[in-house]
Amino acid sequence: MATSNPVSVPGERTRFAAGSTTRKKKTLFRGDMLIAMVVLTPSIIAVALFIYTFIGWTFYISTVKWNSVIIDYTFVGLKNWQRLLNDDRFYTDLRNLVYYGVGFMTQCIVFGFLIAALLDQKIKGETFFRTLVIFPFAVSGIVTGVAWRWLLQPTTGINLLFAKIGLANFHPVWISDPNYGMWAVTIPAAWQFTGYVMALYLAGLRGIPQEVREAAAIDGAGTYTIYRYVIIPLLMPVTFTAIVLTGMNSIRVFDLVSAMSGSGPALATDTLAFFMFQTTFGAYRYSLGAAIGAFMMILSAFLVVPYLRSMKQEVEQ
Amino acid sequence: MSLQRLWTRGAIYLVLIAFSAFYLMPFYVMIITGLKPYVDVNVTRMWELPKGFYLGSFLEAWYKVAPNFANSMLITIPAALISSFIGSINGYIFAKWRFRGADTIFMLFLVGMFLPYQGILIPLVQTLQALKLYGTIMGLILVHCIFGIPITALLFRSYFAGVPNELLDAAKMDGCGFFGIYRWILLPISMPAFAVVLLWQFTSIWNDYLIGLVVLSSPRLAPINVAVQNIAGSYTTEWNVQMAAALIAALPTIFVYLALGKLFMRGLLAGSLKG
Repeated sequence: MATSNPVSVPGERTRFAAGSTTRKKKTLFRGDMLIAMVVLTPSIIAVALFIYTFIGWTFYISTVKWNSVIIDYTFVGLKNWQRLLNDDRFYTDLRNLVYYGVGFMTQCIVFGFLIAALLDQKIKGETFFRTLVIFPFAVSGIVTGVAWRWLLQPTTGINLLFAKIGLANFHPVWISDPNYGMWAVTIPAAWQFTGYVMALYLAGLRGIPQEVREAAAIDGAGTYTIYRYVIIPLLMPVTFTAIVLTGMNSIRVFDLVSAMSGSGPALATDTLAFFMFQTTFGAYRYSLGAAIGAFMMILSAFLVVPYLRSMKQEVEQ
Repeated sequence: MSLQRLWTRGAIYLVLIAFSAFYLMPFYVMIITGLKPYVDVNVTRMWELPKGFYLGSFLEAWYKVAPNFANSMLITIPAALISSFIGSINGYIFAKWRFRGADTIFMLFLVGMFLPYQGILIPLVQTLQALKLYGTIMGLILVHCIFGIPITALLFRSYFAGVPNELLDAAKMDGCGFFGIYRWILLPISMPAFAVVLLWQFTSIWNDYLIGLVVLSSPRLAPINVAVQNIAGSYTTEWNVQMAAALIAALPTIFVYLALGKLFMRGLLAGSLKG
């Protein structure tokens, strides 16, 4: 795009060249461009202050001695980070993040793709099915947690259904399991988010021209082959988006866990966000809490940066 | 061939129906449990339909969360309206007045959309306290408006980018300036975009828990999701009441979603920028 031109409007330059009013119009546009910048300024300031300054501030707090209710900005270097790295809870949370991330992302992507692929088969009542699958995305993590907390109790909920179909011996304790509780949390998490991923895949599938499938079919490819070697590779950008969004979600999960199990037995369902919240607003150890928050920020950056880099091309179009 | 096709179609519908049942199951449990009196709430009879149409749990839940429901309305409606308006102006600038550096600023806005709030909570509380806005509804509205700047700008930007530049050129020829173009050309045609953005903002602000918990946790002023969590976290409340409270908290977004589901879907897709 013509970034040197203050207003990148196609055909504008020819009009400029044609008339004698060029100078007048140009100054008029420049004046409007100035207005645009002025109008945008409050938003820029708000984002610069509430996002970027706050991020820097959080990192700064993580290097001071503010670990009680009394504000104390005495510089202590990396002491809080050291304390964090020596905390067993931190490693438990990292383990839980891996469990959650793997379970949540796999379910969202596999089921999201599967449902989208099925809905793409000229299904009667597509709108109905689509609405149902996205439905949970409209309710909050707290509501989801309250409902699923009872569904995933060892003595009731899902286990009753298993018993009813003759699987009485299959009664996992779900979120109450001290080792694998986090895997159970991924079920309601995926319940809530699969619809979103499905919508992304469905839009992606609709964007693949029919000719591509037809050409593959003419070459003798069966349904499996077409999906495996044509459609899934073509949908890689969607999969990338889904990985980034679900990954981001995994790092910050808080409300769902709060409503379901809290930290769980033996910190089985504890998360970094929970740890950060309790450390900061429960124990008033602000500097340690800031270190956890900053750590979560760094983790997310690994996902955000490549994602935004891929978006940059689209934005500049 | 046709028999095989019949089998395949049947299998597809079967799988879809199974998934639908799975997605409906928690709503079903919430509704039937909310409609039972406490004596009928029993771990072994969770899936049984209520014997009658008992509204006691809903009334009790409503009695508990009604003030917070009102708070959430007072927070969500102004915040959604203001942030959508700001977003429409910002989106207009990012789409049609791309001064040097505008794209970079836009990208920097987007970063804010993705970062976890945990990285900014402590300074946020400090700042709100300094501004005397901590623990107030006004403060929470302000925070939601600011954190809504990136997503609303993104949604409006994609919408306005589709408006042909020739239309703006013509308006400029007729003497429209920055505000004139917005007021007379873009605003009248941007109702679909406003609907998407308002819907999106309404849902995400209504469903917020973390920011409400940190900024406005006093039981009297807290938003609905904080109140529901308080009820669910206390062991003295029966779970039929908990479920009823959760359902009440979900009703506005469910209603909005059912009424405007198509737009919701469009918002979802635009939100990821891959739509």
